[in-house]
Amino acid sequence: MSRGKLDLDPVTVRKARALARKAGRPIVEMAQQHTTVSVERATLRMAGLEGADGDGIPWANRLLDVVRADVGLEHGVALPVWDALVRGEAEDLPTLAQKAGAGSVTFRVPEGRDAIRAEKAARRQVAAGLRRIDRRRTERDRLIRRHGDAPRKPWIYLIVATGDIMEDVPQAQQAAREGADVIAVIRSTGQSLLDYVPEGATREGFAGTYATQENFRIMRAALDESSKELGRYVRLTNYASGLCMPEIAVLAGLERLDMMLNDSMYGILFRDINPVRTFVDQRFSRQVHARAGIIINTGEDNYLTTADAVEAAHTVTTSQLLNEYFAKEAGLEDWQLGLGHAFEIDPDVPDSLRLELAHALLARELFPDAPLKWMPPTRHMTGDVFRGNLLDGFFNLVGALTGQGILLVGMMTEAVVTPWLSDRDIALQNVRYVLNASGALHEDFRPAPDGFVAQRAKQVLGESVDLLERIVDDGLLDAIADGTFGLMKRPADAGRGLDGVARKSELYVNPAVDLLEEQS
Amino acid sequence: MSIVRPYGDTTGDGMVQLSFTLPVAHSKVAEGAAVQLANKMGMDPALVVHSKPMGPDFTFFVVYGRVNHLVDTSLVEVVERDYPLLTPKEVNGAVKSSLRRRLVVVGACIGTDAHTVGIDAIMNIKGFAGEKGLEYYRELKVVNLGAQVSVPQLVERAREEKADAVLVSQVVTQRDAHLLNTREMSAAFREAYPADRRPLLVVGGPRFDETMADELGVDRVFTRGTTPGEVASFLVHRLVAPEVAA
Repeated sequence: MSRGKLDLDPVTVRKARALARKAGRPIVEMAQQHTTVSVERATLRMAGLEGADGDGIPWANRLLDVVRADVGLEHGVALPVWDALVRGEAEDLPTLAQKAGAGSVTFRVPEGRDAIRAEKAARRQVAAGLRRIDRRRTERDRLIRRHGDAPRKPWIYLIVATGDIMEDVPQAQQAAREGADVIAVIRSTGQSLLDYVPEGATREGFAGTYATQENFRIMRAALDESSKELGRYVRLTNYASGLCMPEIAVLAGLERLDMMLNDSMYGILFRDINPVRTFVDQRFSRQVHARAGIIINTGEDNYLTTADAVEAAHTVTTSQLLNEYFAKEAGLEDWQLGLGHAFEIDPDVPDSLRLELAHALLARELFPDAPLKWMPPTRHMTGDVFRGNLLDGFFNLVGALTGQGILLVGMMTEAVVTPWLSDRDIALQNVRYVLNASGALHEDFRPAPDGFVAQRAKQVLGESVDLLERIVDDGLLDAIADGTFGLMKRPADAGRGLDGVARKSELYVNPAVDLLEEQS
Repeated sequence: MSIVRPYGDTTGDGMVQLSFTLPVAHSKVAEGAAVQLANKMGMDPALVVHSKPMGPDFTFFVVYGRVNHLVDTSLVEVVERDYPLLTPKEVNGAVKSSLRRRLVVVGACIGTDAHTVGIDAIMNIKGFAGEKGLEYYRELKVVNLGAQVSVPQLVERAREEKADAVLVSQVVTQRDAHLLNTREMSAAFREAYPADRRPLLVVGGPRFDETMADELGVDRVFTRGTTPGEVASFLVHRLVAPEVAA
């Protein structure tokens, strides 16, 4: 059997995966023992509860808040809600939510035959929602067959972010015409800390556009038009991160988004969201993505924006291994793992390109069947746009040489302005030139077995194994609390959203969780 | 010589380069329009060296040309550093001998701004541009509240920690959010503290104008490229008895 271009020791690779499993297993068990407000609201949304009250508070939030006040969160939302429906408190879920909001329904936790009836009714309605998600997945497969897929790898991934969905649409369509295979609509700054999903089409946001079900629908419809026009299926990406990961995952499945940013630790490290909340939400959201055929993108690039890209290279590998374990445990397959990494080494460091090649190739060899997400330089983009364009060219070259699956297009105006029309054009010209000029150069690129690149890759893998051993000894939650990743210290008993977590009771029922578990 | 003009390859040639996009389909007319714009900007002669269609409705241009403007460097107004630059050791020494306690610095990104890159560059031990951040300074007690901190939260933490200085970073500038947030922050501190007890207010970010400190109600504005050492030196300059700091 070939040992790839880096001749990585298979025993070490197996050991790394075994350690990641060992570190992740207790987290999965903890996730199974807890639920969160967002998991329960996601269940309501899967069952078809949409819309918001006059103040813009979603009915899913209104209903859950009443249920929680009456009977607590620990039994789950399904039993009390469908018990009320079976009892005839309201003819359907939206009406029940409105009545609950008006204070005219009292919830209880049914027992015995009432509980069985409520669970059955809940399961029927949630299963119908899952079937809607299944149909969207089939529809994607059909559209890819009809229009054709992206013409090459890596897929070219471009960002739009105006704050106004109506302005995003023409920008995204233009970006697709210019060659983008994937459009990402960046979210408004701050959405990750909202404990509800905003409602409707939105035309104002800060440095991005709110993720709402309606915005998802509008953009997917626009890109369906583009796919038809261009004769290739254009993918749409958004973000399942922050306090509403599970709900956004459901909405993404319902509106046929194709990729979602979904990192196991990003919210903890960079948004100070409680670790328990994050891991519970993350697991559910990934189970939904698995079902919806969505490719996840993980966020390891972020570590390198706060920690040094050479010193911290092994934390990226470690996080990729953990993300892989959590993803597979949640039912995602290799083709759905857009594991992240980035070109962030200080260009003034000698041999920085060789180091980048070593790190990128290590990720490629370690995860041969995953469509890795390759992220451009941001930290050392200084405002010197000429140097920035050159740096992006080398980033593209490393992407081509190491067979990356998803290439986020770097902008020479990174850190200066949100990309102008011309910036995007220049950036895409850069990508096209490098990909065309290098062609299948990756076939010829075989680093010398004892050379700098191969040795560096082995060193990073070795450091990653050492770190995983320490994490297994300390426990992952303690490692996070100690600032192992991205230099952020995040204790398990602090952070945002902790009050939305409950330990499941004996009576806990959630048909969404049950149905999703049955899939894997 | 205080009168200068741009330098291409000969003193006084006044040569500049410029790139921009016009919302006009690529054509002779579009190129003429680009020359007209360059002329109006003071470039004469203006040479369109590159024009490229970007989609059906836009054209991108690169223009080289000679400008007829002169600049007078004696009339330029900037905020020069008006305090001595100290090493970490000197900062620690000054704080220790003068305050006889650690100087407390509370930092945050306020509003919805989630970009901690600025505040982290200044405060995290990792630092910026080869300088260690404020956490590295033994005599500074650094409390980094991170991103998306509300103004009331910031005031409360500043009180709890008995902050000597408050550092606020603002990266997001859409609809002048950085200016609005800064004014809200400085107003809140003025309301919450008597004038002589208020912590030193320092704001920083890539899009601030250093001359706006008074207008924003803060003690200092730092902009792109500021290093932790500059911030630490400024804090010492303003908060520690001057004879010690000098």
